[in-house]
Amino acid sequence: MESQNQYEVDLGNLLAFNHSHHFPSLPSSREELVKECLEEGTKLVQAIADRLFNLPSTEDVDGPIVTLPPPTTKLPRSKHLPKPKPPTKWELFAKKKGIKKCKKDKVVWDEQTGTWKRRFGYDRVDDDRDVPIIEAKMTDEPGEDPFAKRQEEKKKRVAKQDKNRLQNLKQAAKVGALPSHVQLAATALPITGTQAAPKKFTKHELGDVAGIAATSTASGGKFDKKVPGEKAPKHQGKHRKFLPVVEGSGIGSREKEQTDKVLNKLFSKHSHEILNVEKAVTAYNVKREKKQRLKHNKNVEDKSLSTSNKLKPKKQLNKKSAKKGSSKKGKAK
Amino acid sequence: MLKVKTPKNPRVKRALEKRAPKLVETGKKTLILQGTKTSNTLNDVLTELYLLKKGSAIRYTRKNENIRPFESGGETSLEFFSLKTDCSIFIYGSTSKKRPDNLVIGRTYDHHIYDLVEVGVENFKPLNSFIYDKKLAPRVGSKPFICFVGEGFESVEELKHLKEALVDLLRGEVIENLNLAGLDHAYVCTAVSSNRVFFTHCALRLKKSGTIVPRMELVEVGPCMDFVVRRHRLPNESLRKEAMKTAKDQSKKKVKNVGQDAIQGKIGKIYIPDQKLGDMALPNKAKGVKRERREAKMKNDPTERASKKQKEEAV
Repeated sequence: MESQNQYEVDLGNLLAFNHSHHFPSLPSSREELVKECLEEGTKLVQAIADRLFNLPSTEDVDGPIVTLPPPTTKLPRSKHLPKPKPPTKWELFAKKKGIKKCKKDKVVWDEQTGTWKRRFGYDRVDDDRDVPIIEAKMTDEPGEDPFAKRQEEKKKRVAKQDKNRLQNLKQAAKVGALPSHVQLAATALPITGTQAAPKKFTKHELGDVAGIAATSTASGGKFDKKVPGEKAPKHQGKHRKFLPVVEGSGIGSREKEQTDKVLNKLFSKHSHEILNVEKAVTAYNVKREKKQRLKHNKNVEDKSLSTSNKLKPKKQLNKKSAKKGSSKKGKAK
Repeated sequence: MLKVKTPKNPRVKRALEKRAPKLVETGKKTLILQGTKTSNTLNDVLTELYLLKKGSAIRYTRKNENIRPFESGGETSLEFFSLKTDCSIFIYGSTSKKRPDNLVIGRTYDHHIYDLVEVGVENFKPLNSFIYDKKLAPRVGSKPFICFVGEGFESVEELKHLKEALVDLLRGEVIENLNLAGLDHAYVCTAVSSNRVFFTHCALRLKKSGTIVPRMELVEVGPCMDFVVRRHRLPNESLRKEAMKTAKDQSKKKVKNVGQDAIQGKIGKIYIPDQKLGDMALPNKAKGVKRERREAKMKNDPTERASKKQKEEAV
């Protein structure tokens, strides 16, 4: 900071400080105080302007532009200084061996097609997908797909590179020099040692678990406080009734009766009568009528009917009738 | 097990890079928020500070229950907000019987509280109580002059601290090039007594003075208020040292094609690219011409094209 008639001026911040000013006696009224402050302020602003307007300036359309010197007032940073990235394992190795990085062209001459092609990326040179023939070698094992082998090898190389990258990033994360756009996210808790990523629960699954938890008290959750937004459990009470299997009279014999009834129906001579033929025939007739009506309408509109449309109702009919039969059977049980 | 997570699109990547620590920092964002209880005055103060800082400030208008900057444990949610909004200065307003119209100006380092100054606001005059020529009204985001008057800012510890915090708050962005036509406002802070600072915001009127330096005139545009310093907490020494670090001598970028000569001074080299006269669009080859016509022309005059091709190959 330089002083110019007892003012400290920091041109980088357009800041001026008069450290010698002292109020001999506090001004009696507010207006006087404001007035004096403005006067002092004007002097300071003038002091900054004196130096600012004397800086070399370049003319621009919007006005003269000056280059400010860096600020001299020391202020704290808002974040730490960026830490230097540690060298990767390859960089260390290359340095040890004296391997120099050499720039490669983006495009390469492709002899197969006789054109220039990208080294990497879309439509790249020597792409696995572009190789139509792989010549057999003496060392080839019979029964092995060379194309699949190539793909497998590439996958392995990519996986290895990914592993190396992760290793280097971990190293960088240790010293806090991870690139700003990269995050290392834990896929599983290290304590459990599981390799698979933890399963994500859906909303419904969580709701189910919450429902179970809410109804696991002695009273089935009847007297518990409801959490805001909690819904009533969906399936409450008994779903199935089981009759006693112990033989006896009255209710004890009912279980046997029920099973007997079903068995009798199945083993009877006329078991085929379980299918209600009358009902099936009516359903068939209704379907046919409907189909004819549809056909008629279609013919009126345009005289061509697509084959697929012809097929469709037939299919439905078959399905329906089959279903009917099965449902009937179910009822009989 | 760890997984590398990278942004899915460049927009997110840019946003993350914006927040990353930088070698040279150019400015700080301000977060303006309040506690559970505020007075009308304080609401106005906070809004008007937000207006002054507009462009680099974020205003939170909800009540915040568990922010007590000076108490341990009361800074957790503040630090979280700082992280969330990427702000490193905060202004927190609250009012209580013990400390009416209380304003805490604080800074953070790495999203942890760095220092705190607590001031009470008195004699507040809002923006709209000032009458002035609206042509002078300062524009948003222009670089302000900052003036500090009074020996109190040097001798009294609290005021010295307040001065530093105010400079950080008011100075705006650190810039290299400044347009002199864009200078339009100034902050004036005066140490009235050992704990009272008079703060006002003025517009500048540049008058002709006959020299290149115009005569400056201050016109009060408000807001104006008194800060009465209450509590303050300085950063601890190690943290201060850490935060004051600057990038050591940045490696100067090599200026290409410019050299120095003892006699002639600055010498520049200019490379004129090949003019490629052969590639120039001739009127008869213009793309605007219909394809059939263009092809017909080519057919009529095939020699020209062939010769050019040869020439290119020769090169």
